Amino acid sequence: MSESLLQLDRVSVKIEQRTIIENVSLQLRHGEIITVIGPNGAGKSTLLRVALGLLIPTSGAVIKSDNTRIGYMPQRLNLDASLPLSTERFLRLGGSNKIKISAALAEVDMQGSEQRPLQMLSGGELQRVLLARALLRDPDLLVLDEPVQGVDLGGQTAMYELIGAVRQRHHCGVLMVSHDLQWVMAQTDHVLCLNQHICCEGHPQHVGNDPAYRELFGANVSHIAPYQHHHNHQHGLHGEVCSEHTHDA
Amino acid sequence: MPEFLFYSMAAGLIAAVVAAPLGTLVVWQRLAYFGDTLAHSALLGTALGLLLSINPWWMVFATALTVGALLALLQNRPQLSADSLLGIISHGSLALGLIAISLTHLRVDLNSYLFGDLLAVTRSDLMLMAGLGALIIALLIRYWDPLLALTVHAELAAVEGLPVRRLRLLQLILLALLVAVAMKVVGVLLITALLIIPANIARPWARTPEQMAVLAAVAGAVAVIAGLALSLWLDTPSGASVVLCAALTFAISLTVRKLTA
Repeated sequence: MSESLLQLDRVSVKIEQRTIIENVSLQLRHGEIITVIGPNGAGKSTLLRVALGLLIPTSGAVIKSDNTRIGYMPQRLNLDASLPLSTERFLRLGGSNKIKISAALAEVDMQGSEQRPLQMLSGGELQRVLLARALLRDPDLLVLDEPVQGVDLGGQTAMYELIGAVRQRHHCGVLMVSHDLQWVMAQTDHVLCLNQHICCEGHPQHVGNDPAYRELFGANVSHIAPYQHHHNHQHGLHGEVCSEHTHDA
Repeated sequence: MPEFLFYSMAAGLIAAVVAAPLGTLVVWQRLAYFGDTLAHSALLGTALGLLLSINPWWMVFATALTVGALLALLQNRPQLSADSLLGIISHGSLALGLIAISLTHLRVDLNSYLFGDLLAVTRSDLMLMAGLGALIIALLIRYWDPLLALTVHAELAAVEGLPVRRLRLLQLILLALLVAVAMKVVGVLLITALLIIPANIARPWARTPEQMAVLAAVAGAVAVIAGLALSLWLDTPSGASVVLCAALTFAISLTVRKLTA
């Protein structure tokens, strides 16, 4: 549990004299969720690319064990409409078999979608399929780039709940990027507020009250509260309420 | 069937069948202009081959490869859009090729290089085309899934452990080989047509990537047979006839699909 899965030590990235991220450190353990928030251009995606090993930092160190299995969920698929690709075929490209694929689709609430063309899926469904592909790697470390992008509000809640459940079930560490704290899930253990450097960090509630956070996101954050898991009904894939109110005991 | 006709037909079929699956990758990755640039460099390769008395086939392959590498080196410059870069290299190398051909002072038929001369295919041409074609198809089959993964999402493929840079290099080598194979059939200006038209004929009818590749090969073969027939019947240029037949097949495919959908 306490063993570190991924560690970034004072990582900086400069591209053609321009500083993208500066002096960022973080430590992620098994079963822990770290969410990186920050405005556009803050270097969130760059940070993920460094963590994934896709980008070598200009300075600083990335420490992770060689046999760490990584599941990566990219922000979007820029798929050309001319490519006929079923959901199953897409998942098979990750190197998996039919049985595992059905199981992974069931885990993300997409059972029976094997034969649907990828381009016909809604934003929320596509995000789930991307998560399934990441899960098929049987990951120790799950890296999610804006997992709720293109998903409507109710679906966002369902997606975050799904990520929380996945963390519990697979006991993997999760590093994800989100747009702002409003949508950072209740399960997040640690929030990094990034604007090239780390402005502030800590528990979601703590960060929400931090002056540095308020400055970064402007004055209009008075009602900021990290998403709290208090609702008394369930949302389906598209955010529709799929069960009657069942009041908590 | 007269011997020369057999050679023409076989050469055309080889080029079409090899170009089709590679063409689907080009279409999915939106690399049509990239393929065009490689093809245009083939004229320079031919001229260099003539000037240096090296077999033009290999010079065409080497030039296409060099141009591809040059493009990779110059990519990712914020002030130079990929589009412009391709345009500059594509037309720059074409112009250089035209000038180099004129410097050879050989009485060469420029038209046959630009637009192909299917009816001039010889037995030794055919042997080489068959060998290179088989190599391209074998490599495509062997690396089809990794290439498809690269097409869908390169970074995801890299995280999942695929050697993305080497796969890109493989793709470049395959395209350069194809330029060498297809040059005699449709000429440097029409090679891209052989890549992208069959793939687009196949698209509405395919439900998997593999179906699309195979259907594109069939469509390309049909275009070659029809084009060659047209060329013999009306005494039209062979390369252009093949491309025109491919374009007509595309129009028919689209219309039939609209009517049956």
